[in-house]
Amino acid sequence: MNLGEIAKILNAEFICGEEDGSKEIQSAGGSDLMSDVLAFGKPGLLLLTGLSNIQTVRTADIIEAKAIIYVRGKRPDDDGIRLAREKGIPLLTTKMMMYQACGLLYTSGLAGVYMKDDIK
Amino acid sequence: MFFQNSALSESFEIKGGDFNRAGSVSTKIKETLQDIGIDSNIIRRAAIASYEAEMNVVMYARKADFTLTLTLASILIIVKDEGKGITDIEAAMQEGYSTATTEMREMGFGAGMGLPNIKRNADDFKITSVPGKGTVLEILIYLN
Repeated sequence: MNLGEIAKILNAEFICGEEDGSKEIQSAGGSDLMSDVLAFGKPGLLLLTGLSNIQTVRTADIIEAKAIIYVRGKRPDDDGIRLAREKGIPLLTTKMMMYQACGLLYTSGLAGVYMKDDIK
Repeated sequence: MFFQNSALSESFEIKGGDFNRAGSVSTKIKETLQDIGIDSNIIRRAAIASYEAEMNVVMYARKADFTLTLTLASILIIVKDEGKGITDIEAAMQEGYSTATTEMREMGFGAGMGLPNIKRNADDFKITSVPGKGTVLEILIYLN
């Protein structure tokens, strides 16, 4: 499914990158722990998080995530949004809580990512 | 022997406690490696290891010298910090072991995953530390 469809499912608003609504998303993962995201993140991941500092954008850039969805209506500050624009990472925000947002996407057919002992 | 056939070397200074800029060196070296045309999977591993190392400096040290050395065969990242050092390296290498404060955890880090994440992404990883002085990380990733 694409980012625009995901936004509709989560009743999410684009903070930036609305022009990327047709980007196809293959997998998603939810975490507030950026070290976990760095450990399990795969290129192309859709990251759902309740953390809204600039490190979420940097982490998404490092793992080559396709977009970030902030849950519980959170949004990063201007520096975070600026960095996301610079890196071409769309940001969205939904009022839903993490569990509900992940559950809705999963039941809509969006796969999760799985941890492997060896990611090399 | 890491320094033979050096093709490129870049150095940066990382400041402890500077949470807003934390990660910017890793973003920069990722761009450098992309410009050179290094394989994207290798860049990801280098960027993840570098980012975790950078966060460790920001969280625990006063400052650090960060050096990226690219040779025809490998990427070497050396992070040499001035700080309180690590008393028990073996414990620090265990997933979940952490001495982080609540503030660090609220940043999404400090869960005891940093050093294991670095090791997982490196082909060779060396850590030495002198309590009260600082820690040196050597992260080596082969290009082939």
